[in-house]
Amino acid sequence: MQLARVIGDVVATRKDENLIGIKLLVVQPLTADRQPAGRPLVAVDAVGAGVGEEVFFVRGKEASFPFYPAEPPVDAGIVGIVDHWDLG
Amino acid sequence: MLLAKIVGTVVATRKDPRLVSNKLLVVRPIDPRGKAEGNYLVAVDTVDAGVGETVLVVSGSSARMASGMKDVPVDAAIVGIIDAIEVSE
Repeated sequence: MQLARVIGDVVATRKDENLIGIKLLVVQPLTADRQPAGRPLVAVDAVGAGVGEEVFFVRGKEASFPFYPAEPPVDAGIVGIVDHWDLG
Repeated sequence: MLLAKIVGTVVATRKDPRLVSNKLLVVRPIDPRGKAEGNYLVAVDTVDAGVGETVLVVSGSSARMASGMKDVPVDAAIVGIIDAIEVSE
């Protein structure tokens, strides 16, 4: 999983039927000092995250697992909202 | 998933039989503010998208989970047409 900040959202009316009802968010991966690392991407939300929150997300087919038995075509999904993280 | 703009079409007569009758489009990834970045990709279209539209592209093995793509040899599929992108920073 990767740490990221939710920086926005995406609206799509016409989409794969298995994506209906799933929230699409724009996430920016972060470095250890909370700076942007690499390109932002679109991830589906499985935990009720919102803009401005720090989250962790999973890449690949596993991103669809929270929606089981549905199989939405997704390759990135937010699976946790971070309360607190630090490097000891 | 990537945000991308559709910039062209691909025609291939000789191809894997499972690709027959699937529309292939050339897409260019964009950042959430609309700036093009990175390399062009060929993506299979599952939502009747067209040139000039901004779309959502799913990559890797997840592309095969798009509608009608089961066991089709693809690694990028267009699964949504974007109406609006809102970013806060």
